[in-house]
Amino acid sequence: MDLFEHQAKELFADYGIPVPRGIVAHTVEEVRAAAQELTGRVVVKAQVKTGGRGKAGGVKVADDAADAVEKATAILGMDIKGHTVHKVLVEEASAIEEEYYFSFLLDRANRTFLAICSAAGGMDIEEVAHSAPEKVAKVPVSALTGVDRAKGREIAQAGGLPEKSLDGAAELIEKLWCAFVDEDATLVEVNPMILSADGEVKALDGKVTLDDNAVFRQPDHEGYADKSAEDPLEAAAKAKDLNYVKLDGDVGIIGNGAGLVMSTLDVVAYAGEAFPGKPSPANFLDIGGGASAEVMAAGLEIIISDPSVKSIFVNVFGGITACDAVANGIVSAFKLLESRGEAVTHPLVVRLDGNNAQLGRQILADAALPRVELVDTMDDAAKRVAELASVGV
Amino acid sequence: MAIWLTENSKIIVQGMTGGEGTKHTRRMLASGARVVGGVNARKAGTTHEGLPVFGTVKEAIEKTRADVSVVFVPPAFTKDAVKEAIDAEIPLCVVITEGVPVHDSTEFWAYAVSKGNKTRIIGPNCPGIASPGASNAGIIPADITTAGRIGLVSKSGTLTYQLMYELRDFGFSTAVGIGGDPVIGTTHIDALQAFQEDPGTDAIVMIGEIGGDAEERAAAYIEQYVTKPVVAYVAGFTAPEGKTMGHAGAIVSGSAGTAQAKKEALEKVGVRVGKTPSETARLMREVMQSR
Repeated sequence: MDLFEHQAKELFADYGIPVPRGIVAHTVEEVRAAAQELTGRVVVKAQVKTGGRGKAGGVKVADDAADAVEKATAILGMDIKGHTVHKVLVEEASAIEEEYYFSFLLDRANRTFLAICSAAGGMDIEEVAHSAPEKVAKVPVSALTGVDRAKGREIAQAGGLPEKSLDGAAELIEKLWCAFVDEDATLVEVNPMILSADGEVKALDGKVTLDDNAVFRQPDHEGYADKSAEDPLEAAAKAKDLNYVKLDGDVGIIGNGAGLVMSTLDVVAYAGEAFPGKPSPANFLDIGGGASAEVMAAGLEIIISDPSVKSIFVNVFGGITACDAVANGIVSAFKLLESRGEAVTHPLVVRLDGNNAQLGRQILADAALPRVELVDTMDDAAKRVAELASVGV
Repeated sequence: MAIWLTENSKIIVQGMTGGEGTKHTRRMLASGARVVGGVNARKAGTTHEGLPVFGTVKEAIEKTRADVSVVFVPPAFTKDAVKEAIDAEIPLCVVITEGVPVHDSTEFWAYAVSKGNKTRIIGPNCPGIASPGASNAGIIPADITTAGRIGLVSKSGTLTYQLMYELRDFGFSTAVGIGGDPVIGTTHIDALQAFQEDPGTDAIVMIGEIGGDAEERAAAYIEQYVTKPVVAYVAGFTAPEGKTMGHAGAIVSGSAGTAQAKKEALEKVGVRVGKTPSETARLMREVMQSR
């Protein structure tokens, strides 16, 4: 989960990392009040979970409250790479002497953590790393030894920071490491990390990504979720403990296993290219190895509540779970939904393969569910379900 | 022949007394794998599923001469379980548990390295490893296929089963599910190297998915070191940027980790990449029939 800048900075502040004073505002009136409270020059910053805000005009300096209101009027509601700006961070303007770059992140390839530090901050670090790699220090950090003040200083030196900034940077880096570990983050980025005119090293921006797998020991993290931006179908699926991602197309997908479901999306998208309207997947939904009647019903319920779905593909490989159990799950799910007045009326293509596939197919054939078709292979089933979506319901 | 897991492998199960541990211990035993005991500090000295339960991995090894551990403990305890296996210097530790925080997997990996990599770790968040007809450590359904001469390495469980099923008439030397997490112990490259060196393997199926650059690095490895035919499949062409697709590691970040980039990297070094799992099976069928 990615945090908003203001959330990242609140978290930084909890770890004693210096950040500018700031107030979150959702309306122009709140911006005026915030700017008046902060007094003097302020920066109005769009709060969106995407990069390139500055270039898009989402970050503006304002001389006073009236100016802040004017700037915020332009920024609130702005679209930045598909993200609508619903709130801004109003911050006291900092007197910047120098700008640096710093981050801790997970290095998947080397299976370790990495500190990235550069005296050339404030801009796109990937661009700097590309054009002047010698200006960007990449220092591996072992999960076993971590980062203390001395190591922080070493990293800052490697990044080419000047002597006058080293003490402040070392302290900030040490504290940032604590935040990175204690919060189960996979990324903490400070760009720019600045040396202010009064000699303080501060985090002027903040980007944090938290590990969703760590929620069981990070109960506070749920509070960071952005309910307003959540897709309603994704929220409903999450409430039912389903692994669901909403997509743009019109073919509902249910399968077992993340890899098989990803593959199903691809195969349906290829098949769809041959049909008018080019049907494509409406969602990712992995019901896991179990595929019980309850989970199947919960999954079907989410999919039929998606108005863009025209046809549904249930793609199951019976590995641990036998296909007869899956078939019984589908039959029970149909009954369960019908009893709730939510009968499945979409055409549904089922492909069962693997363990007890014949038995599973027989169960579905005997149940004679309305509009359910059995197709033997994944590729043929994908073609059929795309065709059904193409001709419409 | 097989890699890493043979008919002589003796398996212990960490977390054997839990629900998943019990279910899959039974399945492993039914498939003929030599499961010799379990580990649970609170139930040491008892028996479970007819097998002895030991207090520690070290004790289990001393009493049973086990050389493989399969880990089913919940995510909160996985790090300690794996570190215990590393301390006991068990040669192979298969971590099935899904949902392990990445700080924990990064730490136990660093720990394994610091102890000289005496323990091969497979996973976490993986289906395990199966050498059909010989042994089975994890949750891969043993009866999909028989022993044969195809090796398989995959980030995905069900796609592994699908390919094993489609190629069941040829059979497999070993299938390794390396898992879909961002940090894993055994990589595609480790498996490619082992299959290349295994006289019982003639050709290799490699299954990848979006996220990271493991497939690109595997492609570079294949170009330099693998002379056996490799057929690949990559899942996730239609995955949107920034969304985690089921597996914690399956995410396209910006322009990095796309299926297209992985496919291109593999094709560039002469690996044939199937458009669908079935096409991938067909490509492997051609390879095996031309031998």
